[in-house]
Amino acid sequence: MSEWPILSLVTFLPLVGVLALLLTGDKTASDRRNVLSVSLFVTLATFALSLLIWVDFDNANPGFQMMEKHAWLNTGISYAVGVDGISMLFVILTTFLMPFCVLASWFAVEKRIKEYMIAFLILETLMIGVFVSLDIVLFYVFFEAGLIPMFIIIGVWGGKDRVYASYKFFLYTLLGSVLMLLAIMAMYWDAGTTSIPDLLQHPFPVQMQTWLWLAFFASFAVKMPMWPVHTWLPDAHVQAPTAGSVILAGILLKLGGYGFIRFSLGMFPVASDYFAPFVFTLSVVAIIYTSLVAMMQEDIKKLIAYSSVAHMGYVTMGIFAANAQGVQGAIFQMLSHGIVSAALFLCVGVVYDRLHTREIDAYGGLVNNMPKYAVAFMVFTMANVGLPGTSGFVGEFLTLLGAFEANTYVALFATTGVILSAAYALWLYRRVIWGALEKEKLKALLDLSAREKLILYPLAAATIFFGVYPAPVFDATAASVDLLLKNYTTAIEAAQNVALTMN
Amino acid sequence: MDMLIKAIVFLPLIGALIAGFAGNSIGAKASEYVTSGLMVLVALFSWIVFNGVAFGHEEEALVIPVLNWIQSGNLDVQWALRVDTLTAVMFVVVNTVSSLVHIYSIGYMHHDPHRPRFFAYLSLFTFAMLMLVTSDNLLQMFFGWEGVGLASYLLIGFWYKKPSASAAAMKAFIVNRVGDFGFALGIFGVFVLFGSINMETIFAAAPTFLPAEGAESAAAMVNFFGMNLDAEGALNVVCLLLFMGAMGKSAQFLLHTWLPDAMEGPTPVSALIHAATMVTAGVFLVARMSPLFELAHTALLVVTIIGAITAFFAATVGLVQNDIKRVIAYSTCSQLGYMFVALGVGAYGAAIFHLFTHAFFKALLFLGAGSVIHAVSDEQDMRHMGGLRKHIPVTYWMMMIGTLALTGVGIPFTAIGTAGFFSKDAIIESSYAAHSAASGFAFALLVIAALFTSFYSWRLTFMTFHGKPRASADVMHHVHESPMVMLVPLFILGFGALLAGFVFHDFFFGEEYSEFWKSALFTLPDNEIIHHVHEVPAWVKLSPFVAMLLGLVIAWYMYIVSPQTPKRLASQYHLLYNFLLNKWYFDEIYDFLFVRSAKWLGRFLWKQGDGRVIDGYGPNGVAARVMDITGRVVRLQTGYLYHYAFAMLIGIAALVTWMMLGSAL
Repeated sequence: MSEWPILSLVTFLPLVGVLALLLTGDKTASDRRNVLSVSLFVTLATFALSLLIWVDFDNANPGFQMMEKHAWLNTGISYAVGVDGISMLFVILTTFLMPFCVLASWFAVEKRIKEYMIAFLILETLMIGVFVSLDIVLFYVFFEAGLIPMFIIIGVWGGKDRVYASYKFFLYTLLGSVLMLLAIMAMYWDAGTTSIPDLLQHPFPVQMQTWLWLAFFASFAVKMPMWPVHTWLPDAHVQAPTAGSVILAGILLKLGGYGFIRFSLGMFPVASDYFAPFVFTLSVVAIIYTSLVAMMQEDIKKLIAYSSVAHMGYVTMGIFAANAQGVQGAIFQMLSHGIVSAALFLCVGVVYDRLHTREIDAYGGLVNNMPKYAVAFMVFTMANVGLPGTSGFVGEFLTLLGAFEANTYVALFATTGVILSAAYALWLYRRVIWGALEKEKLKALLDLSAREKLILYPLAAATIFFGVYPAPVFDATAASVDLLLKNYTTAIEAAQNVALTMN
Repeated sequence: MDMLIKAIVFLPLIGALIAGFAGNSIGAKASEYVTSGLMVLVALFSWIVFNGVAFGHEEEALVIPVLNWIQSGNLDVQWALRVDTLTAVMFVVVNTVSSLVHIYSIGYMHHDPHRPRFFAYLSLFTFAMLMLVTSDNLLQMFFGWEGVGLASYLLIGFWYKKPSASAAAMKAFIVNRVGDFGFALGIFGVFVLFGSINMETIFAAAPTFLPAEGAESAAAMVNFFGMNLDAEGALNVVCLLLFMGAMGKSAQFLLHTWLPDAMEGPTPVSALIHAATMVTAGVFLVARMSPLFELAHTALLVVTIIGAITAFFAATVGLVQNDIKRVIAYSTCSQLGYMFVALGVGAYGAAIFHLFTHAFFKALLFLGAGSVIHAVSDEQDMRHMGGLRKHIPVTYWMMMIGTLALTGVGIPFTAIGTAGFFSKDAIIESSYAAHSAASGFAFALLVIAALFTSFYSWRLTFMTFHGKPRASADVMHHVHESPMVMLVPLFILGFGALLAGFVFHDFFFGEEYSEFWKSALFTLPDNEIIHHVHEVPAWVKLSPFVAMLLGLVIAWYMYIVSPQTPKRLASQYHLLYNFLLNKWYFDEIYDFLFVRSAKWLGRFLWKQGDGRVIDGYGPNGVAARVMDITGRVVRLQTGYLYHYAFAMLIGIAALVTWMMLGSAL
C-alpha cells in the first residue's frame, strides 16, 4: 500500500470531479440533477478514500507518513506531501464535511449550480493540500489559493451585503499573506531548504525566530480568527451561503490553528514561548469579549460566528500552553468545532431555507411543529456549550487544563467562558425553539425532510460518539504531539542555557 | 455484583432511549410501563447492592472499568463504576425515589400529551445521577454533574410554552454553570497537586500530602492565582473551588436563586430532582472528597458558615411564601444548609444520614403537594386553599407524616421518633460539639432555623388543610382524592419518613459507624465528633425539640386560633415582610449586577468595540482612506479579487525566480 500515492489521490480526486462537471451542461433540470449527483459521488468517494489514510496510519509513528516527494523545476522546491498525527485528522475532517455541503446546497442554491460545485471541489483540493503539504512553498500556495474559491463563493452566491463581506475578508487576509511570504523567503535564506520536515529540525536564530513568528502570526491570527482581527468572520458568515459557512467554520478556521502548531510551535519554539503570554491575553479577551458580544446578537448566524471566535480562543490558548493536554485539547477542539459549528450552521440553513430570514426575533416556538429539528439543534447547542458527553466538552476541558498548568490566571479568566457560552447558547435556543407558536408565518413549517435528517443525524451521532469515546483521536495525535513538545522543550532549554552562559 | 451494578446504572439509560426515540411509535402507555418497570427493577437491585456493600465486609471500594475516556499526556481518565457504602446509600436514595416518582407520574401526568418525552427525561436524569454517584474520577463526576443539570434544564422547561418555565430552565442551567466554573477549576487544581484526578490516586496520596507536624515548615509549593501557597493553602483553595460547584448544585446561599424558580417544572420533577437527589449532589461531592476536605480546615470553616447561613436564610424566606411548592423549595434549600454544616464540622456521616432521611420526607411532601395541586385544579397558591382535610384525607395524613418527619418530632432522650428527629438533631448536636471556630454561630442559626422550619411546615399544613375553604365553589366541587397509582408511592415514602431514622441511625452516625462506612468516609484520627455528640449537655439535646414545639404553637395560634394576626403583623412590619417575601431581593440585585450589566457590556463591545474601533479604524478606515487618496469611486465589486490573485501569483513568481537564481549560484 505504501507505494500507492494515497495522499495525492485524495487531494486531487475532487479535481476529477471538476473535470466531470465541466463536461456536463447546466441548462435543464436533469443537468442540475447530474451536477449534484456527480458532486455528491465525488465527495463521498473522496471521503471513503481518505478513510484509508486513517486505516493505514501508524499511531505509534510520530513522524510523517505516506510521504511522496517530487522535485520541481530543480529549484529546491518540491512537491512533497505526507501526514502525521497533527495533520491527518484534519484531512479526514475536510473530506467528511464536503458531502454535507453538497447536500445542504441541494435546493438552496438556485443559480449557477455547476460553477458553485466546481468552486467547492476546487476548494476541497486546496484545503486538503494545505494539511498534507510538506513543502513550505507548496503549503503557501494551497493556503492562499484556497481563499480564492471562498471569495468567489461569498461574492457570487452570498447575501445582499456580500461585497462588503468579501472585501473585509480580503483586506484582513492580504496583510498576513504578504508578511508570511516574506517570512518564507527569509526561512529559505537561513535554512537553505523549503522542506517542512527539514525546517522542523533547523534551529533558527533566536532573534530571527521573533520576526518569523510575528510574520506567521499575522497570517494565522487572521485565519483563526483571533481578537481583534476577527470582525471579518461574522460578516463573512452572514453573507455566505450555508455550505460556505460550513466550510468557513469547519475547515478554514482550522488552517490558522494548524499553522500555529506546525510552524509557530514547531519551528519557532523560543519565540512561541516568548510570545505565549501575549497569545494568552488575546485568547482570554476573545473568549470573554466575543461571548458577551455573541449574547447580544440579533442574527442567528452572527451569534454562531461570534461563538466560533470564542471557541477558537480556547484553541490558541491550548496551543501556546505547550503541554500535552493543551495541544491535544486544541487539536480536539478544532476537530470538534469543525463538526459542531458546521452542524449549527446547517441547522440555521434548515430554517433559513424555509423562511429566508436569520433574525432571531422572527422565530419562536419551533419545537411545536419541528420536534425533530428541536432535538438535533439541542444536541449541537449542548455541544457548543461544552456539555460533558459531547465532543465540545473534551477539547474545552483539556485546553483549560493545559492552560491551568501553564498559568492559573489564564485558566481562571478563560473558564468564565463556560458560563457565558451557556448564556448565549441557551438564550438563543429559548428564543428560537421554545415558547408558544404564535407567529403566523411559522405555523406552516414542516419538520426535517429526509435530506435534512441525512445531514443532521450523522453529525449528531459523531458529536456524541467523540464525546463519549474520543480515544481514536487521542491515539492518532499522541505520538506526534509528544515529539513536537519534546523538541519544543529541548529547544527552549537550549536557548536558556545559551542565555545563561552569555551572562 | 458487577453485572448487578452495571444493570443499575445502564438500565435507566436504556429506558430513556426507548421512551425518547421509540416513544411515539410504541405509545405513551408503553413508554410509561417500560421506564417505570425498569426503574422498579433498578430500585430492587439497589437494595440488594446496598445490603451487600454496606453490611458486607469488603473494606475497599469496588471498581468496575467500563471504557477508556480521555488519555492525554499524564492525564488518564476512564469511564468506571466505583461502589462503596457511600455510593450504595446514594443508589438506594436515588433509585427508590426515582422509581416511586416514575410510578406517581403515571397518574400525575395523565393528561399530558408529551408523556414519552417526560419519562425519557426522568430516566435520563436517573442515569446521569447514577453516573455521578458511581464516578471513579472527578471528570466522570463532572459528566454526571452536568448531565443531571441538563435533565433538570429539560424538565424545568418541560412545559416550554410557558415563558416563565423556559426562563427558569435557563436560569437553573446558568446559575449552576457559575458553580461549575469553580468545580472545573477545582478539578484542574487537583490535577496539578496530585498529578491525577482519579479517586484512587488522590485518596492514596492525601494522608501524606501535608508535611508531617514538626517537620520543616513547608515552602511554597505552588502558585494559584498569584498566591504562593504551601501544601495546606493549596488544598484549601482547591477544596473551596470544589465547594463552589457544590454551592451551585445544592443551591447554597448566593447561588440559590435558581431553586425556587425551578418549581416551574412538573411537581414530580421537583420531588425527584429538586428535593431528593440532584440538589444533594453537592453534599455527596464534599462527602466523597472527605479525604481532601478533612485536611483543609479553612475550607471546612467556609462550608460550615455558608451552610448555616443558608439554613437560616432559606427558612426565613419560607416563613412568608404563599406558593405551596415554593415553601417546600425553600425548606429544601434550608435543609441542604443543615447538611453542609454537618460536613463542615466533620460529621460526614450525619450529613449523609440527613441526606438519606430528607430524601424520603421531602419527596413525600412534594408528591403530597402534587396530590393537593392535582385535587384543586392546578392551584398552587395556599391563600386559595384551606379546609381540604375532609376532602383528601389520605393526602392529608401523608403530608402530616412528612411534616412530622421534617420538623423532627420525637421523644427526647429516647430512640423513638420520626426520621428528622434522628438526622436533624444529630446535625444540631454535632454543630455544638465540634471544635470548629464557627461552631457556636452554626449551632445558634440551626436552632433558630429549626423553629422557623416548624413554623412554616405547620403554616403550610394549616393553610392548606384546615380552616374554611378559600377556593371557589367550582374548584371545591371538583376536589378529589388522587388515584392509587399516586397514593401508593406516598405510602412507601411515608413508611420511610417514619422509620428511616429509627432503623438506620446506628449505622450512619452511631455505634456501627466504622463497620458501615468502612473506607467510604475519611476522618482524621483526631476527629472524634461522633463521640463528642453523645456528651453534649441536655439543654443542647432539648433545644431542637423546644424550637420545634415553639414553631408549632406559633403557627397554630396564627393560622387556627387567630387568623387575623399574620395580616396585622405583615402590615405592621411591612419592610421586613416585603424583604422576606421578595427573598431578600436577591433576584433584583443579581439582575442589576449581572444580567443587565452583561447585556449592556455585550452591546457596548459589539457596537463600540467591534463596530466603531476595530472596523472603524480597520477595514472601513482603510477603505475610506483609499477613497480619499484616489479621489474617485473605487469599484470594489470584483476588481480586488483579481488584484489579490495577481499579487499572489507575482509573489510566487518572484519567489521561484529568486530561488532558481539562488540555487544556480
